[in-house]
Formats: sequence, C-alpha cells, structure tokens
Amino acid sequence: MTTSKRIVLKFPKSKIDQPIVYKLIKDYDLSFNILRANIMPDDEGLMVLELIGEDANIKNGLDYLKKQDVNVQPLEKDIVVNWEKCTQCGACVAQCPVGALYIKDRKTMKVEFDPEKCIACELCVLPCPPRAIEVKF
Amino acid sequence: MVKTLQEINEKIKKGQAVIVTKEELLDLIEKKGIERVAKEVDVVTTATFGPMCSSSAYINTGHTRPKVKLGGGKATLNGVPVYTGFAAVDITIGATAMPDDDPRNAVHPGEFKYGGGHVIEELVAGKDVALEATAYGTDCYPRKELKTWINLKDVNEAVLFNPRNAYQNYNVAVNLSDRTLYTYLGVLKPNLGNANYCSAGQLSPLLNDPFYKTIGVGTKIFLGGGIGYVAWHGTQHNPGGLRGENGVPKRPLGTLAVIGDLKQMSSKWLKGVSFVGYGTTLSVGIGIPIPILSEETLKYAAVKDADIYAAIVDYSDAYPNGKTDIVGEVNYAQLKSGEIEIKGKKVPTSGMSSYSKAQEISEILKSWIKKGDFTLTDPVAPLPSADSGYKLRPLNERPIK
Repeated sequence: MTTSKRIVLKFPKSKIDQPIVYKLIKDYDLSFNILRANIMPDDEGLMVLELIGEDANIKNGLDYLKKQDVNVQPLEKDIVVNWEKCTQCGACVAQCPVGALYIKDRKTMKVEFDPEKCIACELCVLPCPPRAIEVKF
Repeated sequence: MVKTLQEINEKIKKGQAVIVTKEELLDLIEKKGIERVAKEVDVVTTATFGPMCSSSAYINTGHTRPKVKLGGGKATLNGVPVYTGFAAVDITIGATAMPDDDPRNAVHPGEFKYGGGHVIEELVAGKDVALEATAYGTDCYPRKELKTWINLKDVNEAVLFNPRNAYQNYNVAVNLSDRTLYTYLGVLKPNLGNANYCSAGQLSPLLNDPFYKTIGVGTKIFLGGGIGYVAWHGTQHNPGGLRGENGVPKRPLGTLAVIGDLKQMSSKWLKGVSFVGYGTTLSVGIGIPIPILSEETLKYAAVKDADIYAAIVDYSDAYPNGKTDIVGEVNYAQLKSGEIEIKGKKVPTSGMSSYSKAQEISEILKSWIKKGDFTLTDPVAPLPSADSGYKLRPLNERPIK
C-alpha cells in the first residue's frame, strides 16, 4: 500500500560527498520530495525528505540508509512547541505556510500545533517572540 | 441610575458585589439588555497581555562594604547595560536594552536573543542575576569595581515602572513592498502576505473606558501578576485623535504609565520576548476593573470587537517615513477571524497580543475582587481626555550645525 513518510536524515562527515539517496529511487522504487537539504563541507549533512512508496519498500530503503551510517529520525519528533514559553499571541500562525500552527477556536484564540502537517521549514521559529518553538534536528 | 464607587466597594468588602469579566458582560447584555445589567452588575474586568516596549524596573541593590557608587559609572545585569544616572546604588533596567556585543542587525534580520526584558523576567522568576560594575571612586564611595550575583528577594526596592503601556488601540501592519519586513508588529510578508495587529480589542482596558472617565492616576490594577497602579498618562498619550461615533478610538490614542512592586509579580505575566530583525522587549499582563457607575459607563464598556476599528498601515513606506496615508480600516472581529480582505486580496491575520492570556487575566482579577480585599480606587487625578487639547507632537528637527 502506498504511503508517505517524512524523515530527517543526518549524514556523517565521511559520507557527505557520496551519492546515497538516489538509491532509494533506483533500488527501492521510492519517490521523494526534498523538503530541506543542508550539506556543509565541514559538518554533517542534513536532509528532510518525504518518502513515497510501498510500506515494505520504505522500510527496506530506511534499512539501507542506516547501513550507510545515515542517522534516520521521523520528522514529527523534531519541531517542538514549548507550551510553557508560548504566550499564545498567534504571531506564528500567519508565518506557517502549511497551517500546522493554527487557531481553531476563535473564541479562546488558543494556538494549536499539528505535527502531522509540519514540514519543518522553520519559518515560525524566529518570528515567535518568546522563542517557544524549538527545532530539534 | 447612578451608583457610587463607595457603594460598590462596600459591596465588595461584604462579598456581595456582582463582578464579571468583559466576555461575561457581553453575554449578559445580550440576554438582559443594558438597563438591567447596569443595575445588576457592579464591576467588569478588562485586560491585555502583549509586548510593551516602554517598560523598565528600577532597583536599589543595597550598599556594599566598602561602598561603591554605581551612579555615574557603568553597570550591567547579565551583560545587559543598566542605567546608572541615579544615586549610588539605584539602577534601572529597560526592556529594550541589549548587551553591547549583541550584533543587532549587523546581519539582517538579527535574532535579538536577550535583553532587558529577559533580565526582568529572570529577576521576577527568582533567578540569580549577575551585577557587574565599574565606578570612578570618590572619598565617600571608594570602591571601583563590583561583580556579584543579586536576587530579587535580597535587594531593597524593586519596582516595575512602565512609561508607556496598554495602548488604546493600535495599527494593523501590512507590507506593500516585495521584500520581507521585520518590525515590532512581527514579520510582514511581502505583497500583503499577512496583516498583523496588536490589541486585546473588546477586552482592552482603555477601549472600555474611551474617555478615561473611570481609569485615572491612582487606579489600582493587576500588573504583571501582582498589584500595580496607574502612575500617569503614558508617553505618546493622544486623547484628541480620531474616534468613531461611539467615542471608541480608531487610531492608537491613550496610553498608561504604570507602576508596581516587582517582588509580588510573576514571570508568567512578565515575559522577555525577541522580535526578529527588530529588538528585545517585555510582554506585560495588565488587568483593570471598571466600576459600572451608570448606564453611560456600561454603554462604553459594552463595546464589541466589531465596533472597534483600526487603521491598516503600510510598514514598507508610510510608517517608516511618517506618512499619514492608510491602506484602509478594519475591525477586530474581522481581524480575529483569521483573514481579512485588502484591495480584493484575502490576507491572513496574526495577533501579537494574546487574547487568551487577556481572558485569563480578566478571570484572575475577577477572583481577586470577589475575595473581598481588592477594592477599586477613585482616581486622584484624571488622564488628559479628548477635550483637554493635549496633543501628540512629532519631533520637528532643528539640526545642530
């Protein structure tokens, strides 16, 4: 059954100059959408992908990546709203391009976060005045 | 029908007063009508929670042995410069002050991670804060250097003093240019990408008393989680500006200077905040009770979001260049819906002031008054009102050659 899965990949320094992810298409019959890519010459590489394909192929593709010493994490774990720090101002709502940060109840005007929708673009992070949104890659 | 403040306070002390939050008041008026509610309700609580840059705290640290004269010297709290233009150990920390080595907008937009507002929050939260100072030394104050941790509970006076808070309405910021703007009203996306507003609207204290008939110098308020008082009219107070037919300001008009003992406040209601590309500041929670003295007072306090209009201002050109043209007007019901229409385009809105926190404050203030020990004060002096001729002026430059 075709599903999609959002993952955060961290490439060790030793691997950043090697083509790795293309194999997900070639050998594991997956397609992917690159949501974010950050390869620094002196540092580890970072990629946020949305993988699309059959469940079994996604699993095998992720196993392949792990065998290449690539650290694989599901995306949802990485954007965290610190509700203690949040002042419920709503500044983030108009910054979020996908509606992951939103106000549903317009009487209470409380801000809510749907991690499923989040694409980790980080556009919400700096506009948040109490800096309550933490990006943990 | 007229009630006196004294009568209302007697009822409060006996636990018999009818106190409601502004939201509850609106429900009651809808069910029972103005006349009945004016008789039955004694106090309505209003509130706001948002960034208020003209905020500060002054502290007397206590004397050291041997003594040091911070006055006229240099001092920092957690690296943030404090004002030392007072006597030996009196200092003031301002909300927007930042460490000297903060890059600010050297690489635009700067992050502005830490400033005076954060120091104030940390002090109130009970954290130790580093006081570092150099002094020029005198016979009576010989010491030239001081490096010590201080804590709010150990200092003498620690007073929150905010020269301008609780703006009576504010602008709605938009961006008509094609590059992102970083302002005190948040990040403005290009080409009418979003519209940011900053007001508690129908909950906002001064919007419920548009001509300052009940709020004045000496009014007792909820300030930062503790008790405070209105000290004066705030800076940029502009009572004579544009109002709608119901007297409600259509532009930013009145402001309040407020004061209170920092030691009884809470870091839940005084928060250091950072505005990317703009600076640091302090978000302050304020709650003000309004006595329902007459039907007239109630009519003013019955104002709804849909009755309060604000100007949509372009922050790419009109605002920075001091031009008075506006893009349009919109009311707070429209703004709070999440989307407004400007020049035929659907524009998402974001508030910078927290309506839900304001609701919380109005509930807390209601509970304080219900307990019976928070009575309302009669102002000792009025704030300049619309007929006073008090006017906001620009700075007409006279360049120094």
